[in-house]
Amino acid sequence: MAHPYIPLTDQDRAELLEAVGVSSINELFGEIPTEHLDPKFNLPPALSEPELLAHLKTIAAESTPGLPSFLGAGAYRHYIPSTVDAILSRGEYLTAYTPYQPEISQGTLQTTFEFQSLVCELTGMEVANAGMYDGASSMAEACLMACSVTGRDRILLLDTVNPHVIDTVRTYAHGRSLEVAVASADDVSPSGDDACLATQQPNFFGYLEDLSAVGQAAHDAGALFVVSQDPVSLGLYKPPADFGADIVVGDGQPLGVPLSFGGPYVGLFACRAEYARQMPGRIVGRTKDIDGKTGYVLTLQTREQHIRRERATSNICTSTQLVALAFTVALCTLGKRGLRQMAELTYHKAHYAENQISALPGYELAHDRDFFQEFVVRCPIATADVNRRLLDEDIIGGYDVSDRVENGLLLCFSELHTRAQIDELVKALGAIE
Amino acid sequence: MNDDFGATLSFDLSRPGRVGTALPPLDVPEAPLPDSRLLRDDVNLPELSQLDVVRYFTRLSQRNFSIDTGFYPLGSCSMKYNPKINEVAARLPGLGDLHPMKPAESCQGALAIMHDLQRLLAEITGMADVSLVPAAGAHGELAGIMIASAYHQANGGSRKRILVPDSAHGTNPATAAMAGFDVESIPSDKDGNLDIDALNAALAWASDDVAALMLTLPSTLGLFEPRIREIAGLLHEHGALLYGDGANMNAMLGRVKPGDLGFDVLHLNLHKTFSTPHGGGGPGAGPIAVKDALAPYLPTPHVARNDDGNFYLETPERSIGRLGLFHGNFGVLVRAYAYILSLGADGLRAISEAAVLNANYILARLRSAYRLPYNRNCMHEVVISGSRQKANGVKTLDIAKRLIDYGFHPPTVYFPLTVDEAMMIEPTESESKETLDAFCDAMLAIAHEAEESPDLVREAPTRAPLRRLDEATAARKPFLRWMKDA
Amino acid sequence: MNIPTELRYTPEHEWIRADGDLGTVGITDYAQDQLGDIVYLDLPATGSTLEQGGKLGEIESVKAVSDLYAPVSGEVIEVNEDAVDEPEAINNDPYGRGWLIRIRLSNPPQLDKLLTGEEYDEHITREMEENTD
Repeated sequence: MAHPYIPLTDQDRAELLEAVGVSSINELFGEIPTEHLDPKFNLPPALSEPELLAHLKTIAAESTPGLPSFLGAGAYRHYIPSTVDAILSRGEYLTAYTPYQPEISQGTLQTTFEFQSLVCELTGMEVANAGMYDGASSMAEACLMACSVTGRDRILLLDTVNPHVIDTVRTYAHGRSLEVAVASADDVSPSGDDACLATQQPNFFGYLEDLSAVGQAAHDAGALFVVSQDPVSLGLYKPPADFGADIVVGDGQPLGVPLSFGGPYVGLFACRAEYARQMPGRIVGRTKDIDGKTGYVLTLQTREQHIRRERATSNICTSTQLVALAFTVALCTLGKRGLRQMAELTYHKAHYAENQISALPGYELAHDRDFFQEFVVRCPIATADVNRRLLDEDIIGGYDVSDRVENGLLLCFSELHTRAQIDELVKALGAIE
Repeated sequence: MNDDFGATLSFDLSRPGRVGTALPPLDVPEAPLPDSRLLRDDVNLPELSQLDVVRYFTRLSQRNFSIDTGFYPLGSCSMKYNPKINEVAARLPGLGDLHPMKPAESCQGALAIMHDLQRLLAEITGMADVSLVPAAGAHGELAGIMIASAYHQANGGSRKRILVPDSAHGTNPATAAMAGFDVESIPSDKDGNLDIDALNAALAWASDDVAALMLTLPSTLGLFEPRIREIAGLLHEHGALLYGDGANMNAMLGRVKPGDLGFDVLHLNLHKTFSTPHGGGGPGAGPIAVKDALAPYLPTPHVARNDDGNFYLETPERSIGRLGLFHGNFGVLVRAYAYILSLGADGLRAISEAAVLNANYILARLRSAYRLPYNRNCMHEVVISGSRQKANGVKTLDIAKRLIDYGFHPPTVYFPLTVDEAMMIEPTESESKETLDAFCDAMLAIAHEAEESPDLVREAPTRAPLRRLDEATAARKPFLRWMKDA
Repeated sequence: MNIPTELRYTPEHEWIRADGDLGTVGITDYAQDQLGDIVYLDLPATGSTLEQGGKLGEIESVKAVSDLYAPVSGEVIEVNEDAVDEPEAINNDPYGRGWLIRIRLSNPPQLDKLLTGEEYDEHITREMEENTD
């Protein structure tokens, strides 16, 4: 059969078979027990490009694209500069392999060095790796690393960390028989058994934690201070390094990465220089070639699985290079001013919304605390019903947190929401009693 | 003109006042900013015009080798063509811009794609169910081994050992250790197959303590394990599980179902076998497929369908838990889905046939010049050794670097560890006979150079954006981020 | 391969130069050649106690990690900080400036169990043959 992805013609086949010295391809599959060769595969027949696109477009349309949405809760819709997709679509980046041959992989290596540098500038930390799967697995790996560094086997997280992140930490910790404890943010008292105290900034409900106090508590107990921070918020707020963070993690998705129904995203991971050799993941370093030209290479590779095998700092191999590139291009395009502007716009939009909503009868702000882009309102009726009524008005509401706050709705805003859209939301909420 | 491209980063091109994009002006009243003690003074990011950004990253891309520009004969990587239609698919409105927390009723399309992909991958592998959660092969391995652990715990045993062949990819033992197991290495025999006597001994010695054997099939040597059913039988007799590293699935697509051979759980690499782009090191996806007995342990969330035909996310009843923020690398899954639909059963079969034939052709053309550790046909990849050339002081590393001068990416080198001066070559079905011949011609030319003019090989590459880099200094004195005045 | 005859060797490629109950330990020329450019050392603190055959630390090159084993039992009295700062000394001068630790032997007769220069030479010759088949 002729297929666009398989160039082998009948002529080619004949020539190759002759060179190999067999009369049919089946001879090359001779080691496979015949009873297991060529079972029936119940798969649909191949689609051509036009048929495939038509099929996918029909499916895609079922997701009602284009409606205004106020969902956050771990994935954030910010403006993605047009440069990002243009660069990412270049085959030289898209279809490149992992840069194990640095002489011909400087595109990937240099952009990764840029990524590491940007993460360090944003977080204030001294070193950063080339990225991990997402913010949840970054947090999990940070907690495992803290256990390694301190020699302790208990992980402590604040209960205001994203529940999905906490669950991921539990899964990873279970394998190494490490204990995971979750403490109320109002009652933080780590002990000498705790390898780390981990917090999220802003927290899952949108509010700013007192990083000074949390960091102090961690260090008083000899535990590492781990902070997961939203990268856009770092355009406005002091970075975790200023509060003594030992490891900073998070997800780079808000900068340059489409929501894409949950992935692929990019886990950020940065730490103090003294811990660099215990960081998981790939790291790129600068060096020179034999002609004295500047170049970049994967370095400190002896931490990784392909060398240390069962003693590796992590099993991670393929991670999220192209997504890290999206983050890098987005940040270089936004630049110093653009990121600050994005953060401020987001802040003002969210605070405008909060003002308007708190004035609605029946709605109450769950907390009177500083927030950045998200906050929780207590609704007059069940949250699920509020969201349903909003959907009737062609608005995708917020995230249902009624398991933590009665009739709680977590609403998220960004620079992309127009005043008109926010006013429509407020109007629709006001119509519900 | 600055010839040292690598010395100038975005931070160095930056000039105060330049901007790369504009955002809409504020259309709501300003709120008081946070307490100044919480505000940062400045964030040191580059200031570039948009053309600066485009030109810098575009010129930088030209210093990269890629499938779109050349051949990668990398063993166990399946560097096949990444179809452009898959890129279009991933960007369709309603797929690329969907928030993961949207209520299920308003993302039925996306959930339908995931559910269908679960079914397609189960069918292709001959297994009962699939999880699309893992973000990469190693992530899938972790999930699979955690499932093995949970299964044994639930069935009365706490088994502490995982057996791994000495030819295994590094992620296998790293994963086993990460999941809390002790790792025991099982040697290969002289034909390159798993040493069954050694396996028997390991099982007999600790019969209630072995949780699983992790096996790559075909092996990392590109060889099919002829006694695979026997191996599966032995393990099952001792109550242990057989884990499959599916990195080499390209050899068996559309022709063999690993489930039929006795695997209990396996992972697939969508960024290898299923054509999703490698991206310079990800993102990938490493779905796992399991037999019925292990389905309750799959990671959460899992896509299910209720009696009304609606899709939703569920938590399997004995799930090992969450492995990440959401439910998988959907953007990657869509590409793999489009790929499978573009091929059908006949297409998948044509892939493995062409992949295997191409690898054996390379074996046939190179065997005169390079030592073959195993004198038998290979499957989709062939392992050769540079040990003959080492006699002239030319190492596999040098051969690899010299291939760059001929316009090819080097093959996998120094892996598997069981072969001296190893080179692992996997052409895939994407490459034409002309490309295979050009590659073999280059390899033969280099073998000749190794004898007649070894310096040419040892000093390679000379025709790449950079020549050999000082990795020792990079590791001794790590320089890991941009610094002012560096 | 350079194999000084006055030293004693382990099959794991460490050497020891003994002077009474004091010993200096390093890795052999063969070992540094096999490892390639050495980039990092993980050595025990002064005052730590070592058991013969026990792991004393790790040595890393760009592409490999190797465990280091104690040739004899004793107490670590000095660590070569110069080698820690500039590991290339081990590649360049493995028996001189590339020394790793100094140890006070707790059981000097253990030295007799170690390989002589000749025995070590035979050992690595066998190892090299196994690697080229």
